[in-house]
Amino acid sequence: MATPTLAVWKFASCDGCQLSLLDCEDELLALAGAVRIAHFLEASSAVADGPYDISLVEGSVTTAGDVARIHRVREQSGVLVTIGACATAGGVQALRNGADVEEFRRVVYARPEYVATLAESTPISAHVPVDYELRGCPISRAQLLELLGALLAGRRPRLPTHSVCFECKSRGTACVLVAAGTPCLGPVTQAGCGAICPAYGRGCYGCFGPAARADTDALAPVLRVAGVAGEDLARLYRTFNAAAPAFRAAAGRAESAAGEATDHEGGGDDPPR
Amino acid sequence: MSMAIEPLLLSTLAPLVAALREDGYRVVGPTVRDGAIVLDELESADALPYGWGVDVEPGGYRLRRRADGASFAHAASPRSWKSYLHPPREPLWTASRDGAGDLTVREPEEEPPRYAFLGVRACDLRAIAVLDRVLGTPGGRYARRRERVLIVAVNCTEPAATCFCAATGSGPAARDGFDLALTELAGPRYLAESGSERGDGLLSRLPGEPPGDTVVTEARAAVAAAAGRMGRSLPEGDLRELLAGARTAARWDDVSARCLTCGNCTMVCPTCFCTTVEDSTDLTGGTARRDERWDSCFDIDFSYLHGGPVRASAAARYRQWLSHKLGTWHDQFGESGCVGCGRCIVWCPAGIDITEEANALAEEATR
Repeated sequence: MATPTLAVWKFASCDGCQLSLLDCEDELLALAGAVRIAHFLEASSAVADGPYDISLVEGSVTTAGDVARIHRVREQSGVLVTIGACATAGGVQALRNGADVEEFRRVVYARPEYVATLAESTPISAHVPVDYELRGCPISRAQLLELLGALLAGRRPRLPTHSVCFECKSRGTACVLVAAGTPCLGPVTQAGCGAICPAYGRGCYGCFGPAARADTDALAPVLRVAGVAGEDLARLYRTFNAAAPAFRAAAGRAESAAGEATDHEGGGDDPPR
Repeated sequence: MSMAIEPLLLSTLAPLVAALREDGYRVVGPTVRDGAIVLDELESADALPYGWGVDVEPGGYRLRRRADGASFAHAASPRSWKSYLHPPREPLWTASRDGAGDLTVREPEEEPPRYAFLGVRACDLRAIAVLDRVLGTPGGRYARRRERVLIVAVNCTEPAATCFCAATGSGPAARDGFDLALTELAGPRYLAESGSERGDGLLSRLPGEPPGDTVVTEARAAVAAAAGRMGRSLPEGDLRELLAGARTAARWDDVSARCLTCGNCTMVCPTCFCTTVEDSTDLTGGTARRDERWDSCFDIDFSYLHGGPVRASAAARYRQWLSHKLGTWHDQFGESGCVGCGRCIVWCPAGIDITEEANALAEEATR
């Protein structure tokens, strides 16, 4: 069997996820022996033509050029894997979705006419079929190696869709929400990171995006007790996975609840959001 | 309880922990870490949580300073002894392929550690007995770990607001299944009683004095009083019948609106034992391994068959958990799966209370 080829593609992103691949220091030699790295501009300017057996795609789609390019990547790829919150959910840049992008362009850039951008930042899966997703900001190196090992062996990768709580309990972290009242998105966030943040005494901020059937409505009263509600709750969900459907909806509901509360109080001349 | 040798009144636990360590045991007991009293390996008795108590409520846990210097006046540690007897992840085998392509499969060979569990309450003694029945196949991985464990129980004199071991018949007094049982008295001092030959041997080496009738009476009274100070209870009657008749109860929809399906209850439960297996391979294809890890009926993939999960809704998953725990566990293992420790109540972020749910089902059944 010929050595499989690996390509790494970048869309709108910070490069942190593809850096995770270079970060696999102990495994890099084994990886370089197991696959032929045919296209990985962060590592080498030497690129080989496609098709590619495995494509890792980082970043979200934010320009018309991206739309055309992701279709070309898909055509040339056997297995297409999206890596990181940008590629799987639109990333932090999806905060602009639903806002006035024209205004941003005018205010932020000295020469706005140079900036060609779409109104929304969208995940890769909104444009082409995706075979596997690695969540996170950044992705977990262990999950990346697990996925590549699985693809090379032809077995199903272990990518659990349950909550971060599974990992907290497995590693023996006392629940920060219960034992300290620290706001935590762990119960609605997908595992895979190893529950790093709670192990250091802070709440999960949801960088792996929603767990399967995440029940954000059930978490809202819990977070209210922990001191987070309304606009604050909306902001908690509006980070790296702001456009992931479950988190977007939760933020929207938190915001409308805050709006209703304000209406009841009869206060404020804020314009409608 | 077998009492081959006379009880002893100890003024300190330092010699006990030292003796266990001398005997080659890794002593696991309560200690303060990360804002909680957790179970961890103890280097000495100094690591015990002297002067710390806890205030607990559904979904809430806070450490609290105590004036009395007690070391066992707390309940509902975030992890149970299950973490040591039935660890969250365990390698089953590894396989390696040599240059000729031949496979060698190896099971882990090292002996399990010898643990001395220090501070096992009656609820958790019962939980260990439940796990023994479920997982204790002779010669199996659990049995090999279990037979090396020495148990120092602690009679409970300080039940929490979330405790209900009196209702499940597990406590608060340690009745059997231990090598040594302690009752913590003011001071603190400890009434130590043996429950096995190993306990006899241990007790005979400890410095102490005969307790005298007054101390024994004081200790028994403190434990008996604890039974009356439980914050919670289960419904009267046959829970197996109650759960079997509750399959279409409206209460499941009510609780599912609050349930996060995060799985915390099953992982803190000292008797929940479900696992799954995971295979992994390295990049070169030279080695493979299979691990067993905790799983949970709250994981959507737990009931995945072709085409989708059998228990897709939160209501179905909560019903499965409660029905097994309080009901079908009887059919399967001849007893209840609930020991009344209250951990699932405390460590549920949403504060769902198994006793409240069971009582609500009982109330609904009478309507």
